[in-house]
Amino acid sequence: MTEWLFDGVLGLLLLGLAFGALHGRNLYTSVLLFIAFGLALALVWARLGAADLALAEAAIGAGLTGVLLFTALARQPGPADLPDATRTRLRLGAAAVVLPMLILLVQGLAPLSEIEPRMPALITRHLDETGVSHPVTAVLLNYRAWDTLLELAVLLLALLGARQLGPRPLDLAEPWPLLRAWARVLAPLLVLAAGYILWRGASAPGGAFQAGALLASGVVLLRLSGLVPRLRWSFAPLRLLVLGGLLVFIGVALMTAWLGEGWLTYPRGAAKLLIVLIESVATLSIAASLSLLVVGEGEDVSS
Amino acid sequence: MTELLLDGLSWLLLIGGLLFFVAGSIGLLRFPDTVSRLHALTKADTLGLGLVIAGLSLRADSLWEVGQMVLIWLLLLASSATACQLLARQAGEEPRDD
Repeated sequence: MTEWLFDGVLGLLLLGLAFGALHGRNLYTSVLLFIAFGLALALVWARLGAADLALAEAAIGAGLTGVLLFTALARQPGPADLPDATRTRLRLGAAAVVLPMLILLVQGLAPLSEIEPRMPALITRHLDETGVSHPVTAVLLNYRAWDTLLELAVLLLALLGARQLGPRPLDLAEPWPLLRAWARVLAPLLVLAAGYILWRGASAPGGAFQAGALLASGVVLLRLSGLVPRLRWSFAPLRLLVLGGLLVFIGVALMTAWLGEGWLTYPRGAAKLLIVLIESVATLSIAASLSLLVVGEGEDVSS
Repeated sequence: MTELLLDGLSWLLLIGGLLFFVAGSIGLLRFPDTVSRLHALTKADTLGLGLVIAGLSLRADSLWEVGQMVLIWLLLLASSATACQLLARQAGEEPRDD
């Protein structure tokens, strides 16, 4: 009974936050509500037992996306110039598209709840051969490693897309001593937490994306408090770091295809080593990409 | 006897903590300006969470769990204090907008 009550309140809260984020008074409120929505969604994932998703949602969905949205908001021309997009006709149009889709989806999804899934049992049976002991990591980096490779490519494309928007100076106010001191304390803790989450990804919820997001938040914090110099897109080691994850992943794929049994079919015994290698480089690469997205600056900043 | 006492004490602390959270939320909604809202909010953060953690510590199975919870509390204490100061400074620099 209490569980139903808690879950019901959580679900209603989620819907309410989503509605608020879409129909907020202004963009600022919407962004704030979106961050709260991300945190509530993380709680929902945790309640459903999907700790990996909860971690990723809290770190990336609520944390870094929130920062990105705020950065974008800060560069808006002004509240008066923003288009007012919540017109009745638009809403009716959206409803006309979404409602039939919802009906179709529910019709398709409803029978699935009665089918007993066979995959978890299959994965558990072959878990010893994957090199890791956490089923989610086994799926992400062994069975469906292609998906993870393509996810890294998507991140890189997003970064390149943001890069096309041109260099922009990041005018920071003179950082304040207390913020500096706190950033100095927090940054090592974030590095420690990222390393822990990366390492424990092999046997428990965690992994490269979550660890990368934590590292990136550390970098953003240090940059905002003026403790690290400007992060320029053109800085060659940084570029290498951004590309590193994808390069190592593709390298492993090529090697396994050339010398081994097939694309991303790890040789027996070396799976653990390869997965840890890929995950570590991917973590650094994700951290570099995400921090560039938030606090990266162009090369010809004159100030 | 000790069990009962511990249980009662832990409930007392938990309820006290929740009261602080409720009061903080009401203060956040009802107080007139930024600084007093921050005052209400940080009270809930620090004291409320502290009381909840004290209450949960009495129910914890091991010292390890207590340590973890205290660590969380300390981190939150420091970051909420810093965030509060930042917000207050920002509010002091800008003219009121409501």
